[in-house]
Amino acid sequence: MKTVFPHQDTKGSLRNGMATIDRSNTATAPQPRIHRQVVLPLGKSFEIAFNSIRVRFFRSLITTMSLVLAVSFLSFVSVNTDVANGLLSTGDPALRQALIRSGYDLAPEDTRADSSPKQRWIVILSLLVCVVGIVNAQLMAVTERFREIGTMKCLGALDRFILRLFLLEAGMQGLVGAGVGALSGAAFALLGNLLRFGTRALTTPAGDEILLSVAFATGVGCLLSVLGVLYPAFVAARMQPVEAMRVEQ
Amino acid sequence: MTSVRTIVRVANVTKTFQLGKIAVHALKGVDLEIPTGQYVSIMGPSGSGKSTLFNMIGGLDKPSTGKVFIDEVDISQLDAYELAWLRCRKIGYIFQTFNIIQVMTALENVTLPMTFAGMRSERATEKGMELLELVGLADRFQHKPFELSGGQQQRVAIARALANDPAIILADEPTGNLDLSTGEEIITLLKNLSHERGVTIISATHDIKMLNVSDQVVWIRDGRIDKIESREELTISVGRIDARAGA
Repeated sequence: MKTVFPHQDTKGSLRNGMATIDRSNTATAPQPRIHRQVVLPLGKSFEIAFNSIRVRFFRSLITTMSLVLAVSFLSFVSVNTDVANGLLSTGDPALRQALIRSGYDLAPEDTRADSSPKQRWIVILSLLVCVVGIVNAQLMAVTERFREIGTMKCLGALDRFILRLFLLEAGMQGLVGAGVGALSGAAFALLGNLLRFGTRALTTPAGDEILLSVAFATGVGCLLSVLGVLYPAFVAARMQPVEAMRVEQ
Repeated sequence: MTSVRTIVRVANVTKTFQLGKIAVHALKGVDLEIPTGQYVSIMGPSGSGKSTLFNMIGGLDKPSTGKVFIDEVDISQLDAYELAWLRCRKIGYIFQTFNIIQVMTALENVTLPMTFAGMRSERATEKGMELLELVGLADRFQHKPFELSGGQQQRVAIARALANDPAIILADEPTGNLDLSTGEEIITLLKNLSHERGVTIISATHDIKMLNVSDQVVWIRDGRIDKIESREELTISVGRIDARAGA
């Protein structure tokens, strides 16, 4: 039989309408139906997650660094391909020769210079290594924050609040880290092509594709960041509040 | 039943932990009733089951057999949402290691439980300031925990524990990490709060200073309640307690 707390109000606890409990015999002050729900508004979650990153800035930087590197590599490779495609599409045989000289495997009938399977594998590998790095760093962060998480739970936080906070943090880190990585990768790619092919590399009509590549790399970065934090965040969310009571860290 | 309401009732509780192949009986049948508004200390050597009992009362752990009622609610019947609600609204926790959330200011720490309880943020800030004033830290609301001394951090923790006007405050060795005089200040503050606000304070402690302010002292030994003494009995037997403390 579920029982209720005799003294309580319902204000602020109606959201989501969860954990609705029928009253039963043991209550001393009858109240027909009571909604009980702890809440953490999304705005507040953002605030806490953002502050948490800000305060632990250096730590967050290290977590994000592998993501920045991997995403900038991805962005570098795809922007290079975009530029090469742009150059090929001009139909200028001199540029075609220049591309072949700089290492593109172009058969006579090729009209596009897609990245080679080898290159794709290297990109995928670097992204995998990056995810492993993120999982590692985040697991450590969770261990460091055991007491904080336990305390929050003692104060009434639900598992999903903790999960949400970690996901938001990872999402923000991912967005910034992947954004920086994608932009710097694109910048390096453009700079390299500028040096190799001269100003024609920048004037060929590849602008849209380059933007798309940068956006894609940023998206992949965000996804990987969130993917990497999933397991650590689950570990954190499942933690028992009694851990906060332990004296030794 | 007396006119005093019982806020915590522990009925024939046992707790067994499985450590590898060995079963450790931390509690071997404990019955306890704690009336509203009292200041109760749970005393006992480490390994006596004191912390286990304490965690049960706080809804942090569930008994192997027997029942724990908080405000006449059997906590083993509660699901995760209800337990979270209970921790948020009914119980305030104070820890030996203060456990102020490091990345938040004093005020943010105090308002966090109110946010969980669904209070609007202006109201929460207002109430948070009132509580910080109550514990004498109104001028330090913007400080981060590392800018506060141990005693000040514990005061923030007390303000935080009071955030949602809980019925019970659970204090686990609240003076354990504090020096003598600061510890005394914290004890006095707790005592005054219990007196003025009618909050039941349950404290697990080794600290003999705590005994002077306790309405009741529960002695735990070897997983059972050794004896329960009220304050009157204590004043008579101070010498004996000192002797025991010295032993």
